[in-house]
Amino acid sequence: MLTVDNLSAGYGPVPALDDVSLTAGHGEITAVLGANGAGKTTLLRTISGLVRARSGTVSLDGRPLTGVSTEDLPALGLAHVPEGRGVLAELTVEENLRLGALGSRRKTTAADLRRIYDLFPVLAERGTGLAHVLSGGERQMLVIGRALLSRPKVLLLDEPSLGLAPKVVVQIFELLRGLVRDDGLTVVLVEQNARSALSIADHGVVLNLGKVVVRDDAATLAADDGLRHAYLGF
Amino acid sequence: MQQLLTTVLTGVTLGVVYAAFALALVLIWRATRIVNFAQAPMAMITTYIALVLIDAGYSYWLGFAAALLSGLVLGAVVERFVVRFVSGKSEINAVILTLGLFIVLHALAAIVFGSRYRSFPAPFGLRGFQIGDTTIALTGFGVFTVVAVAVVMVGLVLLFRGTDLGLRMRASAFNQEVSRLLGVKVGRMLTLGWALAALVGSLSGLLIAGGGLVHPSYMDGVVVYGFVAAVLGGLDSPVGAVVGGLLLGLSLSLVSGYVGSELVPLAALVILMAVLLLKPGGLFASVRERRV
Ligand SMILES: Nc1ncnc2c1ncn2[C@@H]1O[C@H](COP(=O)(O)OP(=O)(O)O)[C@@H](O)[C@H]1O
Ligand SMILES: [Mg+2]
Repeated sequence: MLTVDNLSAGYGPVPALDDVSLTAGHGEITAVLGANGAGKTTLLRTISGLVRARSGTVSLDGRPLTGVSTEDLPALGLAHVPEGRGVLAELTVEENLRLGALGSRRKTTAADLRRIYDLFPVLAERGTGLAHVLSGGERQMLVIGRALLSRPKVLLLDEPSLGLAPKVVVQIFELLRGLVRDDGLTVVLVEQNARSALSIADHGVVLNLGKVVVRDDAATLAADDGLRHAYLGF
Repeated sequence: MQQLLTTVLTGVTLGVVYAAFALALVLIWRATRIVNFAQAPMAMITTYIALVLIDAGYSYWLGFAAALLSGLVLGAVVERFVVRFVSGKSEINAVILTLGLFIVLHALAAIVFGSRYRSFPAPFGLRGFQIGDTTIALTGFGVFTVVAVAVVMVGLVLLFRGTDLGLRMRASAFNQEVSRLLGVKVGRMLTLGWALAALVGSLSGLLIAGGGLVHPSYMDGVVVYGFVAAVLGGLDSPVGAVVGGLLLGLSLSLVSGYVGSELVPLAALVILMAVLLLKPGGLFASVRERRV
């Protein structure tokens, strides 16, 4: 479970994140929605320590992450797939995956790789080739697979649907749903694509100008016409 | 025929040394986008350390090992306590800092070791091998030079391609932020990268010095050739640095053998300009885009 309490952060005098609180429950998908510039990426980057929090706290299963450096988070069970995906294109697919396991200070086993290749068969074909040749959808699968190899308790995903064909988005989101159901993974799903995100999320939080404006069950949010028009654009 | 053989052999021996120096530059460039101008004086300092030991009566090999080891330490110290200081700011700050270090190390060497010319030994001899009754331009030290550089290169390949540490180092070089999110201690990897680069630089310093004279600026000419070799290979590619070094060594040896040795620096400049004009990314430029 990931708990964010009264988190504020920013890049200059203007706060990009203003007193944000949220709880991502164990075995649930929590969607973080909002327009471009709402502060979604900043929220994830502050959780990961890439952006320094001005105030507030983040804790993982009750353990405060204040003062924990970004590099130590995977070993504690927090995986963050950044916006733009973060494929290391100069490395092979398999090397990317091995880095995932290294993050939790373990060696990659053959069983580890097989598990990921079973989830994403296309990656198996690409294993020894450079990740550079992967398509957008394959890259997203690679970074999710890589994150899973660090055996996360909580997975932060920043706009996984960005730039992907709708069919691929459906495929990846269904797979996420399955991982949450079968492995008890906790997911914080940042999306501008609110409709798709709410279709698999349990709860949703809507950000606007760095503040939480609404939080509710995903179904309730999806059914709220006023909200949809005001913040979610569908 | 004899002339060509001589030219090629001289070119290869010279080329591997340029290759080593170029590799030292490339290792740092690809990880930090910094051209380390201090590489030459760093190698000069470590060669002096070897010389002091050798002159004190210790064996060449002890001096050799001490130089490589101090290269490792010096590289780590420079990264951790000089370059880290300006990290996160524009890379130009760090580059200027390495230029400053260039001057400081020169001055320091002149004070500590003196600025007179001192001869540096070369193991395995400097006499050409005999084939029948002709002497060829390959010396015992020449063979040692090629083998030493080859051993270090193979070692680096094994480290980078075959170990988890090497994988972490490569990841840090390509994308620091993503690497940190994957649990890689990027700072440590950078320190280690500078240390290894300085070790390779020290090796080239020892090999240039072998059988020649050492003084505080004896490495400065090598910077130019090493840099041209690195650019020839694409600056980003360790393999390119090695191939670039060999090509440059061969070309310059050809120029020196057939045209005139006084034209060598000019030839290096012409090669540099030709590469920058015709193939600015270097011969090994990857078509891949690099996220900076
Ligand atoms: N590196 C940065 N430097 C300065 N301002 C930034 C930076 N990144 C984001 N911002 C600003 O912070 C606000 C929130 O951005 P972001 O978190 O990227 O939003 P979202 O991910 O919801 O699109 C925006 O106003 C954006 O312009
Ligand atoms: Mg964003």
